[in-house]
Amino acid sequence: MTRLSVLFLTTSALGVTANAALAEGELNALVWCDHTDPALIEPFEAEHNVKVNLREYEGTGAALALLEQSRPGDWDVLVIDGIDVFRAVEANMLAPLDTSDLPVGDFFPEVVMEENNTIDGVTYAVTEKFGYNTISYNSAKVDEADMQSLSTVWSEKYTGRISIYDYYLPVMGLAAIAGDIATAEIGADDLPTIGETLSTVRSRAASVAGVVAAQTALATGEVDIVVGGGEWLTAVLAEEQPELTWTIPEEGAVRWAQSIGIVEGSENPDLAQEFIKYIVSPEGQARLATSSCFWGMPANSKAGDVLTDAQKDVLRWDSQPDYLALTQLYPAPDTDLDIEMQDLWLEMLQQ
Amino acid sequence: MSLDNQSVQGWGFVTPALLWTVAFFVVPFIVMGAMSLATLEGRTLIWGVSLANYAEIAEKAYIWRAFLVSLEITVTVTVVAVILAYPLAWIIAFRVPPEWQRLALLLAVLPFWTSYVVRSYAWLLVLAREGMVNQAMMGIGLISEPVTLANTRFATVTGFVHFFVMLLTLTIYANLIQLSPNYRRAAMDLGASAFQTFRHVILPLTLPGVVTGAFLTFVLCIGDYVTPQILGGNSELTVPQVIMVQLGRRADFPLASALAIALMCIVTLAYILSARWLRLDRL
Repeated sequence: MTRLSVLFLTTSALGVTANAALAEGELNALVWCDHTDPALIEPFEAEHNVKVNLREYEGTGAALALLEQSRPGDWDVLVIDGIDVFRAVEANMLAPLDTSDLPVGDFFPEVVMEENNTIDGVTYAVTEKFGYNTISYNSAKVDEADMQSLSTVWSEKYTGRISIYDYYLPVMGLAAIAGDIATAEIGADDLPTIGETLSTVRSRAASVAGVVAAQTALATGEVDIVVGGGEWLTAVLAEEQPELTWTIPEEGAVRWAQSIGIVEGSENPDLAQEFIKYIVSPEGQARLATSSCFWGMPANSKAGDVLTDAQKDVLRWDSQPDYLALTQLYPAPDTDLDIEMQDLWLEMLQQ
Repeated sequence: MSLDNQSVQGWGFVTPALLWTVAFFVVPFIVMGAMSLATLEGRTLIWGVSLANYAEIAEKAYIWRAFLVSLEITVTVTVVAVILAYPLAWIIAFRVPPEWQRLALLLAVLPFWTSYVVRSYAWLLVLAREGMVNQAMMGIGLISEPVTLANTRFATVTGFVHFFVMLLTLTIYANLIQLSPNYRRAAMDLGASAFQTFRHVILPLTLPGVVTGAFLTFVLCIGDYVTPQILGGNSELTVPQVIMVQLGRRADFPLASALAIALMCIVTLAYILSARWLRLDRL
């Protein structure tokens, strides 16, 4: 063995020992990218002297597949789309959650979402963050009055200046709202109407883009409007480009929410419970709301005591009562309807 | 050394590669094949022998369109990349002094050093309405209004061509540099013009390198998800994008596997068509 190898192995061994000495435990969390902000995670790690291992994912299907392929105990915490909590429970992926020491009473009532997080009387998750899939736009480039109605947003006037957010559920929810169809009541019979609206929006759009591509398109002037955007899209750009903003049109918009729960079979349920307690605390909520990946409203209204006035301005804190009244949770289709909606979306993309 | 010993030694050299291929190609391929014959009912995977996923591929027009789009983009990229890479490789091999060739090759492959995703986003900025290309064209009076270049097939093809010209330059250069200068001299001595020498001597001899590079370009391009997703703006969907949609929310691995197998059939067909000239040892 060469000196270099010995040195390398010794250094590695010392590194492992040092890490073990530094952290008393580990928590493995399957999360959305907003949880990967060190400003959110490091205070928890320091307080509990643990290491939080984070794995990002996109799409509930991908997360459930990952959990299915893992051994019991591999994962402790799951962050999941609020409308998909039931899917994780059906797949036996979430453990019952003790909410007695969580400040659920301080949550905005509209986002407690018991109908999503509690199944057969057992609570499996709590809402941690929410926001809107609505209209983001460049106020210097469009007539702001036009942004107050969905029909004028995707009117001929803005042909080629629109990007559509690349996720079928919220955008189809917006199309449903434009057709006066409640998102919770979308059925197969409504798809032709929704499809017609989608075709119109598509014909006006320059692109259908994911989060980063939509932000880039708006920031570089490639487009002036993002249908399906919201505070999560423009808030991180607001400091440098305050003209990039968002609104909720008079017809309403779609509300998204993400939930957090403990993975069934977790080997660290107490630490996982502490983590959730931290995330829904006012401090954790303020950090999560202003994560470097994307901003969104905290579920806990007491986070308002921690957020700065400037941050609350960007989040439209004072308008939340109106916004909550005006918005609907985005569609939560069953499997068959989901397949039909996805097919309709893909057909629209291939137009 | 006896023949048996040689044989054992031969197997000793081959076995690691064989095990690697079995573990990371043959087994996953068998699993994917089996998965493509399974079905998904709700969240439950039903193993069996069903052609339902293949029937779904045959029935859905947007999937057919995705295959067509993938093929059109791939063929365009391959042809354009070959046309651009050949002269570049030629210049490096025959016009750049030997002592500068390494540096020239290094410069040619320099863009490989940056992240593929970052490079794609960089192209998005370059092709934006207020990007460098539009600004330059407006500056010289070619256009009066910015034109839409990003989020189009043009952008996807541009991103791909940028990447694959580098790859093809390397494979064609490797072929050209092995060519004895005597072939060219002999052709010229016999009265062939420069074009005739190229057409009847150089091109046939370098065809294996061209086809090998073109085949690699075809395989990598038709299976790529990143470039069309970032640069294409979903203006049209390619097969890898359709596969990703199946996995993202519904985790429909059976349909995604069937799509992947269908894509693999296209690659196999491309291999059969190019096998006559394919020389992977030229890489």
